[in-house]
Amino acid sequence: MEVERRSLREKQVDARAMLRGDLEGEDLERYVEERVVTTTFEKVQNWARANSIFPLTFGLACCAIEAPISLVTARYDLARFGAEALRASPRQADLIILSGRVSIKMAPVVRRLYDQMLEPKWVMAMGACSSSAGMFANYAVVQGADKFMPVDIYVPGCPPRPEAVLYGFTKLQRKIQGNPDQSWRQRYDAYGTEEWARGGPRSAPSPEAAEAYREARELTLA
Amino acid sequence: MPDAPGLELIRGEIERDCPDAVLATSFDRAQAALIVDPARVLDVLRWLKDQPGQRYDFLSSLHAADYLPAEPRFAVHYELINRDRVERIRVKAMLADPGSEELPEIDSCVELFPTAEAQEREVFDFFGIVFRGHPNLTRILMPDDYVGWPQRRDFPIGGEPVTFTYSEQRFD
Repeated sequence: MEVERRSLREKQVDARAMLRGDLEGEDLERYVEERVVTTTFEKVQNWARANSIFPLTFGLACCAIEAPISLVTARYDLARFGAEALRASPRQADLIILSGRVSIKMAPVVRRLYDQMLEPKWVMAMGACSSSAGMFANYAVVQGADKFMPVDIYVPGCPPRPEAVLYGFTKLQRKIQGNPDQSWRQRYDAYGTEEWARGGPRSAPSPEAAEAYREARELTLA
Repeated sequence: MPDAPGLELIRGEIERDCPDAVLATSFDRAQAALIVDPARVLDVLRWLKDQPGQRYDFLSSLHAADYLPAEPRFAVHYELINRDRVERIRVKAMLADPGSEELPEIDSCVELFPTAEAQEREVFDFFGIVFRGHPNLTRILMPDDYVGWPQRRDFPIGGEPVTFTYSEQRFD
């Protein structure tokens, strides 16, 4: 449907006529066409969800100084992205930022907090420690928070700059809106060049898993 | 801080009241230490605490160390302070490793120094040294169901092995 572009002055005259109740017939049709956007409910829902994330007031270690504390200050201002309402209860929160190393004694607590959050819920692993335990390769620290809970986005750094956390946050918003960023392997078609930490090619996925992965990737690209 | 002759004087006085309790002394970097028989460590601690003229009546720290591969392997260190003279003395009890299944044992000094309660639990938690007579000897920092004694030197460091291969070859 082609909508005729008109000047602001003409639109204002029409709007006044509409308020008076004088607009009829073809003019009324045009007035409505100019002001209505059609979309799907899911898109609006995702748009609303992405732009009103309630993070959990929650800190694990030193990264907590960077993320939940400095992000809400005027200098970085998480409110620009609609996430200024930090909730002190997991039942009211959408996003849990794992800001620091997760010790084996803290892991059940973090998992319980995550389980108490209501769907839809998202997890950001902030910093090297919660992504992969960082330098803490020892008996006390879980080697990556994704060993015991799903993680949506990883922000590298030790600690990450607040700008990096904000960048990760906007990436999460795009993910919520159903348009996740492609990874560099997707952009450069670099699958199969992964480096294996252990086992070499023997730790490559089974043919069935590789096929399922390829199908999921095509669905994502479609 | 007792100097080296003062440490020998203390040893002589203990020898008079508790014969053969002190095995050796060490004076290293201005730190006086008595190496005692672990079976008689309470006698020495009580003597140092109650003896007029000594009165080391404050236990500032109780901790352990693993000297693997030295033998005996474990040591429990008691750091005592006389707060009037601001003098410190260390009491060391060396404990042999009784084998993989059993745990080394030593008497608890909670009766003498109530502050040792939590510190002995921490030593038990990390080194697996059992304190006989402790009121509540359970793990204090590690989870209750944890298996192993993580600060022993033969405990694996843990974590995950990481290899950097620099390989960009395709596995198709």
